[in-house]
Amino acid sequence: MKERDGWGREVSRRDFMRVCVTVSAALGLPFGMAGRIAEAAMADGRPAVIWLHFQECTGCSESLLRASHPTVATLLLEMISLDYHETLMAGAGHQAEAALHASMQGNKGKYLLVVEGAIPTRQDGIYCKVAGKTALESLQEAAAGAQAIIAIGSCASFGGIQAAAPNPTGAVGVGDIIKDKPIVNLPGCPPNPYSLLSTILYFTTFNKLPELDAKGRPLFAYGRKLHEHCERRPHFDAGRFAQAFGDEGHRQGYCLYKLGCKGPATYANCSVNRFNDIGVWPVSVGHPCIGCTEQALLFNTAIADKVQIHEPTPFDSYAPVDLKEKGKGPDPLTTGIVGLAAGTALGAGAMVARRLPVDSGTQENDHGAAD
Amino acid sequence: MSHDDFQRHEASIFTPAFFALLLLTLIGFFLVAMRFVKGIGAVSNMSDGYPWGIWITYDVATGTAIACGGYAMAILVYIRNQMSYHPMIRSAVLTSLFGYGLAGFSVMVDVGRPWNAYNFFIPSKWQVNSAMFEVALCVMAYTTVLLIEFLPALLTRLEEADSRSLRRLADRLHRRIGVAPDRLMTRIEWARAGAAWLRPRLDKVLIFIIVLGITLPTMHQSSLGSLLLIASTKLHPLWHTGFLPLLFLINCVYIGYSICILESVLSSYAFKRPFETRELTGLAAIIPWVTVIWLSVVVGDLLWRGQLGKVFAFDFYAGFFLLEIGLVAGGAFILFSRANRASVRWLFVSAAMIVLGGALYRFNVYLIGFNPGDGWRYFPSLAEFLITVGIIAFEILCYKVLVKVLPVLPRLHGRDHAPPAAPPLTQPH
Repeated sequence: MKERDGWGREVSRRDFMRVCVTVSAALGLPFGMAGRIAEAAMADGRPAVIWLHFQECTGCSESLLRASHPTVATLLLEMISLDYHETLMAGAGHQAEAALHASMQGNKGKYLLVVEGAIPTRQDGIYCKVAGKTALESLQEAAAGAQAIIAIGSCASFGGIQAAAPNPTGAVGVGDIIKDKPIVNLPGCPPNPYSLLSTILYFTTFNKLPELDAKGRPLFAYGRKLHEHCERRPHFDAGRFAQAFGDEGHRQGYCLYKLGCKGPATYANCSVNRFNDIGVWPVSVGHPCIGCTEQALLFNTAIADKVQIHEPTPFDSYAPVDLKEKGKGPDPLTTGIVGLAAGTALGAGAMVARRLPVDSGTQENDHGAAD
Repeated sequence: MSHDDFQRHEASIFTPAFFALLLLTLIGFFLVAMRFVKGIGAVSNMSDGYPWGIWITYDVATGTAIACGGYAMAILVYIRNQMSYHPMIRSAVLTSLFGYGLAGFSVMVDVGRPWNAYNFFIPSKWQVNSAMFEVALCVMAYTTVLLIEFLPALLTRLEEADSRSLRRLADRLHRRIGVAPDRLMTRIEWARAGAAWLRPRLDKVLIFIIVLGITLPTMHQSSLGSLLLIASTKLHPLWHTGFLPLLFLINCVYIGYSICILESVLSSYAFKRPFETRELTGLAAIIPWVTVIWLSVVVGDLLWRGQLGKVFAFDFYAGFFLLEIGLVAGGAFILFSRANRASVRWLFVSAAMIVLGGALYRFNVYLIGFNPGDGWRYFPSLAEFLITVGIIAFEILCYKVLVKVLPVLPRLHGRDHAPPAAPPLTQPH
């Protein structure tokens, strides 16, 4: 790979390949696909990306950009042509608007639209305006020419905190407004940056979106409950729970379920992919999961509420132990020869013993055997 | 420690037995070459479940016990100071030397990645907490010590050798290679003088080497037992005990003495020399007491662990256990009788029983009582057997040749250099 002057710092080939392999592993692709992903990431025709911000905290962008190790952000920003991003672009005002419209016209039907933040709908959406247009209008305008839409974060996916009761602005997610475009929801507060990188790399490599679940979330990242891969799962299975923050069990690293952990009901890859390039996630530092990838949980249940456990025990059947014969046993030729040899040796020993003198043998050693 | 205790056995080297053993050796070593060319799976039945096959079980674990004759004799001669047994020590040391050297060789055949073996000589790569490391280190050190212990025989031979045949050879090669006969003779004289210089000095320090030679087997024979301590779930409870190291140590002592008897009787029989009955009778008086200690530990330990019931399960494992105990106890029982100890035949029979029983104990621990899990099975392949047989044949072959070229066997007093056709009538001493 040609070393390019990257955003932040240069990405070494080793780091680049490591990210490509990580992404292909996260996507559940075979190892050999890492090469194709690397090629796609290096290809020249970089997809245009328009990134819109609505009702949100920019935490999703921040978690991507402020990673302690900038490889993911660098790669992502190197790989795509980020034509419009309100908090990142140098331009402002009319200049920025011009860039947005130029890209929308020039890449019509080809660009990726990334939406961060919820869209207010009450009172014609007057609660969020950029350049004189409501979020609703901006989204509909930008979505019309987009090839696909990625709703990053819980706000863009299903409204997030803005949509929490009583939802004064009538905030909703992208999917509630746009019905005629493929939408990938990457809920999370924030989602793992790798999920975004993997989705975009999958899209550029195979020119299609990854497989999604019923809530529009890619299965590679949201296919399993994080409870299934939680490092505290053995404590759950053994019935060892932290009862209160700071108690003995909490200090011992016991399961956080009784503190309200939503892990048993939350589909996400946090327990596997983790955050900040140093392998942390809330549960690893002692805080229960708040279920931020689940519309039904985040801001709809209290942090201390316990979720219903549907599978209280781990699976009770195990893969069958292979009871086939392993290793090689005796074969007739070998046993025959060994038996013959052993018999001969015993017989010869017996013959020698018979010829040996019964007394001390000091008179004469007159046996007949020859050397 | 007079070297006059020993003499060369004057007989033809190239006997029919020599060629038979040579054939077995060649087959064995051809298969060893196959193992290095085509890989270990091409010749052996070993598997992930049974990574230790007959090579480790026989050549290393049992072979070194059988090679403990030198160890047992050294204890007797140098610790208990019974110098009357001294004439027997050189052949015991020679057997030990082959046993240990070939055990080391077998390990090289057995290890999966022999090209990594050089790491053993780099102290920074050592894993000093490993029982296997101790075994490897002691086996190598003991082989070296045995070589030094055996060196006087070689030096004596160098001193006393007449170089006529060498001179005749040099004369024949004279024109083609151009070794001046006088120069050759100077060289031979140098070697002779060097040997004459070295031997008395070696004699002075030999006792320290011998002490080392007694320490090393004490260390690693117990470690051979320690190796199986880790397999607590795989080794049958009849054999798995914390006393494995102690049992292996005692086991090698009685095997060592018994093999000395066997070896002495067989070489007297085969080489038509008088039987060394007086020494053997003395040795045989020690063996039953050693086996009694061993049997008490075995039975006491079974009682203490509450596993005695397993003996009377009369299954596969109990059968082998009873066979092992029966052979050792039976052999020891025969030797408790003074009359039997004086009889060459009963000495031979009992020593053979004890060696077989003791060796079976090691087979039981390493292979027969070892079950790595459901479905695994192991029986050595023919090639594996033939490699082991080849190594044993090589051992006997070398022994037979070396006793005829070096002073190893006890000197026959009153009639030096007895012709092989007429067996001497006298007994040693």
